[in-house]
Amino acid sequence: MPEVLRAPLVVEFPFTRSLGPVQSAFLTGLRERVVLGVRTGDGRTLVPPVEYDPVTAEEIRDLVEVAPTGTVTTWAWNHEPRRGQPLDTPFAWALVRLDGADTALLHALDAPGPAAVRTGMRVRIRWAAERTGAITDIACFEPYEGGAGQPTGHTGAFDEPLSGIVAPARLDYTYSPGRAQSAYIHALSEQRTVGERCPSCRKVYVPPRGACPTCGVATAEQVEVGPRGTVTTFCIVNIKAKNLDIEVPYVYAHIALDGADLALHARIGGVPYDQVRMGLRVEPVWTEGARYPDHYRPAGEPDADYDTYKELL
Amino acid sequence: MNREIAVVAFAQTDHRRSTEESSEVEMVMPVLHEVLAQTGLRAADIGFTCSGSSDYLAGRAFSFTLALDGVGAWPPISESHVEMDGAWALYEAWTKLLTGDADTALVYSYGKCSPGSVRDVLTRQLDPYYVAPLWPDSIALAALQAQALIDAGHTDEPALAAVGARSRADAEANPHAQVKGGSIPQGDYVVRPLRTGDCPPVGDGAAAVILAAGERARELCERPAWIRGIDHRIEAHGLGVRDLTDSPSARLAADKAGAFERPVDTAELHAPFTAQEVILRRALGLGDDVRVNPSGGALAANPVMAAGLIRIGEAAARIHRGASDRALAHATSGPCLQQNLVAVLEGDPR
Ligand SMILES: [Zn+2]
Repeated sequence: MPEVLRAPLVVEFPFTRSLGPVQSAFLTGLRERVVLGVRTGDGRTLVPPVEYDPVTAEEIRDLVEVAPTGTVTTWAWNHEPRRGQPLDTPFAWALVRLDGADTALLHALDAPGPAAVRTGMRVRIRWAAERTGAITDIACFEPYEGGAGQPTGHTGAFDEPLSGIVAPARLDYTYSPGRAQSAYIHALSEQRTVGERCPSCRKVYVPPRGACPTCGVATAEQVEVGPRGTVTTFCIVNIKAKNLDIEVPYVYAHIALDGADLALHARIGGVPYDQVRMGLRVEPVWTEGARYPDHYRPAGEPDADYDTYKELL
Repeated sequence: MNREIAVVAFAQTDHRRSTEESSEVEMVMPVLHEVLAQTGLRAADIGFTCSGSSDYLAGRAFSFTLALDGVGAWPPISESHVEMDGAWALYEAWTKLLTGDADTALVYSYGKCSPGSVRDVLTRQLDPYYVAPLWPDSIALAALQAQALIDAGHTDEPALAAVGARSRADAEANPHAQVKGGSIPQGDYVVRPLRTGDCPPVGDGAAAVILAAGERARELCERPAWIRGIDHRIEAHGLGVRDLTDSPSARLAADKAGAFERPVDTAELHAPFTAQEVILRRALGLGDDVRVNPSGGALAANPVMAAGLIRIGEAAARIHRGASDRALAHATSGPCLQQNLVAVLEGDPR
């Protein structure tokens, strides 16, 4: 078996999310160092507050300020903080019921060690120095000896309330392409294009994905195809892609390599964009040290007859 | 609802820490072939196909469409997918068969946890406003639940360790399990109070089930595992709103599925963390006379998105081979047992 290929893969998005009126008041309040809950029809105060009653699904809008102090209802000691978590030194995760609230809020509790934490202990909010209107405006909770803090009597109406948040998210992966695609990539690095044949319908798939999607069986027999092929269809790209150093307009085409039963796609170069046509015979252009063809260019042969590639459109 | 539907076949991969030498379809396809071979059916004979998986696990967009290559979906088949554990795909297939639109269904699911960090990936299913920005990983949330259970006096760390040890000892008899052996040390704290032995192994795997209705089930399987009822229920997403020491949604789902009408002899519980088994046993009223997780459960192999379907498959397989007459199968989704599915399976009297 050839070596397993691996490459880092980062999936990263800034999610832009709009806020309902209750969420907006809560997060704007954090910016102003005010903690707001919402009152349900049966008189409970939910912190953090939600737009709809979790029991009755009734719309709820009755904001009420609670104290920045509270009681731990459960906790867990996190001796190895992970990326993105509120503190980068060991801390306790805690659910905290703030004074005046009937439900608990999840956050970090900064404590010297697990021996200093217990369910029922008193804590207070440590505010972040810079606040933007996010749950992270609470830097963490910290131990606190004393009675309930005093709400300021805030109504929940703010100048410049938030209407949305941007929540960045990043996940890191190690991508491995699997057996069939690894073999394909290994062959490409030797400037050969190798597909795989279905043992049932005999079709040759390029690039191979390990299974015949028609028959549902594994492909295994390796078949070298190309290097030349036929443009089966194409489009003209007029908008420059970000981070891509190719002048527009250019042609992107489906190319049926000789011997393949599935067209792959690649850029066509070495010919004005308006002279590319269905049936054009092309060949790959390799650049020094590259692991795949940079593009395909006209092979200088007569065009292929439509009947020879119509099944591959 | 007078149509009888049964699980007639079940197959799963050997679950492993990594399957990096295989793509998803390369991992799934042998299981599809195996489950079809058990019944003698070909893919073209199947009336409905439904799968469960999550693109976030391996970071591959639309991976479920690539996995479908392993089914052989041409000419076009009747097909659906849920971005959930395969147990919910089975639920969709069961309702499809109830309507009479199909007589057989292929249900499969798979999870490749190895390319990413599943503890962090699962944070992305949380409330995006108040919780996800804090990146509380799946073990941290389970640890909060375990501590609440300890504080309530329902368990302690030695009792949790015993759940882990019993699961891994039972897994000795499961050729597919990833972690097995009753004498494996409980290990260090991962997030206190949970130790390594309280947490599921991280791994890759797949599973598949075939459902059939009425006489078709009897033709395909000597002793079909009849689905007497399935139901699934969800709790509020706010962790601080819930009583983490109880699982009212699991209890309600079990009630709606008919689990309390007669005792079960076996329960396959999808409890990835030891404390969650304690909660589920209490919520479902399972006594010491019920054989819980003879497969070793999710503490022995936890391919995310497949581990719930495997519980139904394992329970059905025990009925197929005559080791159980009435079994409860449970699947969970979300943090701290947020959503729960319960199926009740029975064999014909012997
Ligand atoms: Zn084929």
